[in-house]
Amino acid sequence: MCATGQDPDGGADDARDDSAAAFSALLEDSAEDLYEHAPCGYLSTLLDGRIAKINTTMLGWLGYTREQVVGRLRFADLLTVGGKIYHETHFAPLLRMQGELGGVALELRTADRRRLPVMVTSVVKTGADGQPLLIRTTVFDARDRRSYERELLRAREEAERERDRAQRLATTLQRSLLPPTLPPVPGVEVDSYYHIASPEQVGGDFYDLFPLSGERWGLFLGDVCGKGAGAAAVTSLARYTLRAAAVYDSDPVAVLDNLNTVLNHEYHLDDPRFCTVIFGLLTQTDDGCTVQLASGGHPPALLLRADGTVEQQHTTGGQLVGVLPDPRFVTATVRLTPGDTLLLYTDGLTEARVDAARNRYDDEALLDFATALAPTSASVAITAVRSLLTSFGDGLDDDTAVLALSVPADPGRARR
Amino acid sequence: MGAVDVLSRNCVVVDGPVDGPVVVLSHGFGCDQNLWRLVAPALAERFRVVLFDHVGAGRSDLSAWREDRYSSLEGYAEDVLEILRELDPGPVVFVGHSVSAMIGVLAAVAEPERFAGLVLLTPSPRYVDDEGYRGGFSAEDVDELLESLESNYLGWSAAMGPVIMGTPDRPELEEELTNSFCRTDPKIARVFARATFLSDNRADLPKVAVPTLVVECSQDAIAPREVGAYVHAQIPGSELVTLDATGHCPQLSSPEATTEAITAFVAGAR
Repeated sequence: MCATGQDPDGGADDARDDSAAAFSALLEDSAEDLYEHAPCGYLSTLLDGRIAKINTTMLGWLGYTREQVVGRLRFADLLTVGGKIYHETHFAPLLRMQGELGGVALELRTADRRRLPVMVTSVVKTGADGQPLLIRTTVFDARDRRSYERELLRAREEAERERDRAQRLATTLQRSLLPPTLPPVPGVEVDSYYHIASPEQVGGDFYDLFPLSGERWGLFLGDVCGKGAGAAAVTSLARYTLRAAAVYDSDPVAVLDNLNTVLNHEYHLDDPRFCTVIFGLLTQTDDGCTVQLASGGHPPALLLRADGTVEQQHTTGGQLVGVLPDPRFVTATVRLTPGDTLLLYTDGLTEARVDAARNRYDDEALLDFATALAPTSASVAITAVRSLLTSFGDGLDDDTAVLALSVPADPGRARR
Repeated sequence: MGAVDVLSRNCVVVDGPVDGPVVVLSHGFGCDQNLWRLVAPALAERFRVVLFDHVGAGRSDLSAWREDRYSSLEGYAEDVLEILRELDPGPVVFVGHSVSAMIGVLAAVAEPERFAGLVLLTPSPRYVDDEGYRGGFSAEDVDELLESLESNYLGWSAAMGPVIMGTPDRPELEEELTNSFCRTDPKIARVFARATFLSDNRADLPKVAVPTLVVECSQDAIAPREVGAYVHAQIPGSELVTLDATGHCPQLSSPEATTEAITAFVAGAR
């Protein structure tokens, strides 16, 4: 029970008396005392910066006596060198131009050489005729704010370092998922290009070309759904599975079946992972090569003929790899003779946005592009596609892989 | 770069009589061409006055700023020469304040035929003390300055673009102030501060072959009297005027005296 409970009637009166006394004490608090011991520093300076008046709070922060400061020092003399230069080059000119300046971060140099971060606000007091008379300055202790700023800065630097690290990691990982160079295939020119859409995220496109036995070669190009570390793991799995499966049974449909089984096995319903892949089995012939293709949900390959015509390979309709237990894949056999070029690509190319209305580039535009290009060769086609991708600028927001094979019109000119 | 490019890059503004002697006013580290506000109108009564912002300052084209070009005063001097080549006004009197004084020296040494004279306003060829030379700052001072620019990043950036609180007694300034006055990207300010306070152009002074006026203030925390005397002694045939003014910006603290000194020199340089 409270002590006031003993006198329930007089309690309220006592409280009123107390607060009246408190207000009265406040009213008797002199303006002078309020100035001297305010919770901030006050100083008044002449226009040339000489200190005419300074309060006790500020002197306490600085560790100077009034005699050491008033009439002897200028405001800039109280600052660190950085603060002094900032004062002379920014603060004083701005104050002169504007008459007022607030929220400026400076550092005081105390008598014992410590640095005291402060926030400063200054106002020019003008006389009745509008002429400036003196400068009034309020100074707030900003040590806590400065530590907070340092923490912010440190966090930002940390975040920048992390981002750099993530980018380096993504780039390295991306490189490890692609063949460093394509092996030479006698009598066939091969070339490839990989466009990385984001330096921070590993894309899910992949391709490879590798020798099987004798005159046969395996090749594939695909696109894993998604991006980032999860997609990179699937890409890696897809790549070595396709290579291993091709050695075991090089029939393209069997290779894709094998990958489908592995993906179904590794990734279940709670984390389904799938991809589109086009797999080719290349067999050298006397005047070029044949390529048996099997596609699981992948955009059609383009055959750019020596006579300038372009054929879309009818490999559409195959189902995605990794979704169903027993998907249907479609096949096509392409015969490349001198002057023919086969172009495989991922949908980053055909789904690039080409205008302000964000229309897609689409299959038809690509067909026109290829028709204008034909006849061509693997390296010329890749160069042309690279330029095309560059021309999309920001419209190209997905990774894009391109792989081209051609039989040189002059067989002696086969490269790589 | 074409004429329009250079002139818009540096936000070049020309005022005053077309046939008047040409006076180029070049601001230093800190603000922008607004710093000439109290002297430019008086000068433009008699002279063709050319004002501009260094790249990175004021309303210059920030996209033209490149760290490699603007990490030394030579880059700024090259900009001055590009402006003069584009305007092609004949020999000019170049008035350089603070670090712009040395930018003017570099430009005038490179292409003296473009200069009728130099006015070096509170110049310093080297801010850091050296053996037999007093620049006013110790090496530790400048380290501290550069360190404070790095560590007090937010403080400087906030201060570089201070809250403009309105100027009731000078409403004519308001619109311009709210746009750009003294607003500097903190990274650009760091590079400019480094270029300024680590510069040493003492060896360039004797190479100045055009009439030169050195203007110093009686009280200047950045360019002390010894430095003014040094510049005067090193530039052959130069004049020295000491203004009874405080601070590093006499064009603000003593605009009349500054205008007078420039006017007398331009009249004499003709």
